[in-house]
Amino acid sequence: MDLALAPETLARWQFGITTVYHYLFVPLTISLAAFTAGLETAWVRTGKEKYFHATKFWGKLFLINIAMGVVTGIVQEFQFGMNWSDYSRFVGDVFGAPLAMEALIAFFFESTFIGLWIFGWDKLPKKIHCACIWIVAIGTTLSAYFILAANSWMQHPVGYSIDKATGRAELTDMWAVLTQNTTLVVVFHTLTAAFLTGAAFVVGIASYHLLRAKRAQDRGEELPEKQRRQVGAMRSSLRAALVIAVIAGLGTAISGDRLGKVMFEQQPMKMAAAEALWETEAPAPFSIFAIGDVSEGHNSVEFSVPGILSFLAHDNFSASVPGINDIAEREAKLYGGEPEDYIPSIFMTFWGFRLMIGFGMASFAAGAIGLWTTRRKLWLAPDKRTGEYEVPRLMLTKNREMSAFFTTWSWRIGLLTMGFPLIANSFGWIFTEMGRQPWVVYGLMRTSDAVSPGVSQTEVVISMSVFTLLYGVLAVIEVKLLAKYAKAGPDVDEKPPAKDPKLRFPKPGDPGAPGGGDAASAEDADKPMTFAY
Amino acid sequence: MHLHDVWFVLIAVLWTGYFFLEGFDFGIGVLTKLLARDRTERRVLINTIGPVWDGNEVWLLTAGGATFAAFPDWYATLFSGFYLPLLVILVCLIVRGVAFEYRHKRSEESWQRNWERAIFWCSLIPAFLWGAVFANMVRGVPIGADKNFAGNLLDLINPYALLGGLVTLTLFTFHGAVFAALKTVGDIRTRARRLAGWLGLVTAALAAAFLVWTQLDSGGTGSLVAMVIAVLALAGALVMNGRGREGWAFGLSGVTIAAAVAMLFLSLFPDVMPSSLDAEWSLTAENAASSPYTLKIMTWIAGVMTPVVLAYQAWTYWVFRQRIGTQHIPVDAH
Repeated sequence: MDLALAPETLARWQFGITTVYHYLFVPLTISLAAFTAGLETAWVRTGKEKYFHATKFWGKLFLINIAMGVVTGIVQEFQFGMNWSDYSRFVGDVFGAPLAMEALIAFFFESTFIGLWIFGWDKLPKKIHCACIWIVAIGTTLSAYFILAANSWMQHPVGYSIDKATGRAELTDMWAVLTQNTTLVVVFHTLTAAFLTGAAFVVGIASYHLLRAKRAQDRGEELPEKQRRQVGAMRSSLRAALVIAVIAGLGTAISGDRLGKVMFEQQPMKMAAAEALWETEAPAPFSIFAIGDVSEGHNSVEFSVPGILSFLAHDNFSASVPGINDIAEREAKLYGGEPEDYIPSIFMTFWGFRLMIGFGMASFAAGAIGLWTTRRKLWLAPDKRTGEYEVPRLMLTKNREMSAFFTTWSWRIGLLTMGFPLIANSFGWIFTEMGRQPWVVYGLMRTSDAVSPGVSQTEVVISMSVFTLLYGVLAVIEVKLLAKYAKAGPDVDEKPPAKDPKLRFPKPGDPGAPGGGDAASAEDADKPMTFAY
Repeated sequence: MHLHDVWFVLIAVLWTGYFFLEGFDFGIGVLTKLLARDRTERRVLINTIGPVWDGNEVWLLTAGGATFAAFPDWYATLFSGFYLPLLVILVCLIVRGVAFEYRHKRSEESWQRNWERAIFWCSLIPAFLWGAVFANMVRGVPIGADKNFAGNLLDLINPYALLGGLVTLTLFTFHGAVFAALKTVGDIRTRARRLAGWLGLVTAALAAAFLVWTQLDSGGTGSLVAMVIAVLALAGALVMNGRGREGWAFGLSGVTIAAAVAMLFLSLFPDVMPSSLDAEWSLTAENAASSPYTLKIMTWIAGVMTPVVLAYQAWTYWVFRQRIGTQHIPVDAH
């Protein structure tokens, strides 16, 4: 097969498809693990059944999601060797270490304790069971940290030297890789964005259930006991998620601002491209909208706010910000070749950057509005307050409730903005990875030099098609399954485990121990599993 | 002993852990067709590995990640060279993982049947392919002066590799049957033991041929010792299985796997991927390794973390020590 494509084009497409897809599940896994853990903790501490039912409900959705996250993650680990073998040879000494640490420390945590959590409801004492999901949550966070340390090294290589004999990068300072400011700021940004993602997900599904209950109420129906208890679980989930959305949204904005400043310093081209800022300017404006052309080297249409970009880059409204043309010329002098070789896709970076911020902040705003309007007591007339098992009234001021039309639409917006952070995350990664081009490791290795020389185009075409097809089918299955379980709502008839099982070797005479059986223990031994595949 | 030799051993240990643990997972997957008579029995089998399969699979990710960190050239040549077999393995591991989690989530007959098929095929195929990949790695593949794989798919299809694949497939299925006998109760336990006896005999015949072939081709004293241990352990596992000592049988089938993997790695050493074109171009533990600094850090981390991982994984097996029978399978599971 001979396609008129550069060898790296297909490999990049495959990496883009598989990574963006994998990253749909990652932030949900990170945040839902912690969210479920928080709910289970609330149950263990208060003994309230609504927390137990909420734990089981979100836990179920979390498991449907993590299954996909785990299996698509295997591809990520092998893909470097398969499609990017020259990259692997060049960076393995540095890049492999955090990857191995991720597997050895984080993956084992996640996968082992998730098994204990899924199957351990009647095998483990409550507190230990709850600790298991916390360990899963810690595992997902550690995993994010290690892989982001590896990625940050590609964005801004530190703690290495180039070996003269082999020409490869060799690690000289592991600590520098794990703690450089790029890593720390990116971890902060990614984790807050992950929590915003999970919060929006929970808000969306809770809004769906609360709107449904509200409509039944509006028709004058008395809610059946079952639905009333579902409302209780959903209301607690909604409030918790709205708090998370606001804190995480704020954190994402702050960390995004810090990350922008780090990037202006470390990869000025990426940031100039993000703004389609062709010429160096002082003060530099922030562009709201622009249409330009790489070959022309300027924008034909542009709306911008003066001085803001200078502030974003340097905390100073009049500082100079270097433009694309100047940086490209400087890089061409430094690394050889033509200036245009160093200009990434302005269209993708410019719009990726805007979609990331737009969708992320829209979700943050929705969370903030929701947190205010669904409040329980604060600045609320006593007769407008709603109980633990009621759908909250959406209150604008102390006595003023939203109109029926806006109330319905507010709940709908809660549901419709559910996927916004997922879009923001995807564009964020597309922006940061495409904005680094032509480099795979900034300043050290070009993407075109990173591909596997021994792998034929046919092989890459096969694997890309197989993954795309498989991922497409699995996406349909996954979304349908999520929708089914999300719509069903919490199973409020389920009884929490009554007594804690003993966690030690059975002694002779114990129920269930050999030789010590009585009628009850024989029955116990034949009891069906509380959860089975 | 150089650090890169230490890491050669550690990589071998990680692969051993992987094949020991996911070996019986694959075996259980194959047995869902071979041993189980109905859906409830299939579910009994699947649930014996339910809480642990995911943790078992991480041994593969760790082996892969550790190879990347400790021997970047080995990682790069292996994964780009064995491109298509690895692609198939990846697809199978994806589908299989999803199948375990999703199979019980809907009650439609076709939904459950399709995922059950996926569990069978996506266990059987990787169980075969891993053996073929490792056999090829030991046998040597065309590797050029630039350390890159210079052959094509046809270079990977040869009698030795096919035999290697059959050996891992039967050995893992045997290991799985012994595990099933250890973890189930009732009629299925008896049948698992009986089937394990037959599977063990087939495995013994194929494994003996493969191991002797390996010994004659690329073996030394060390690999000879490992071979003898593997053969004795397999015989011991069969005897213990026949006597109904299920714990012993499982331990010994595990020793068989460990000794067989050890034998392959001993016949590789000091190479990690011999070149069939020119011995000069072979990747060795020395020329494929990372810098001493990286290896030192990795040694510390592996030294601290591996015992911890082993401890909590062992604890998981202890928590789920109860045998499972058809009476334990809830009727309405989703």
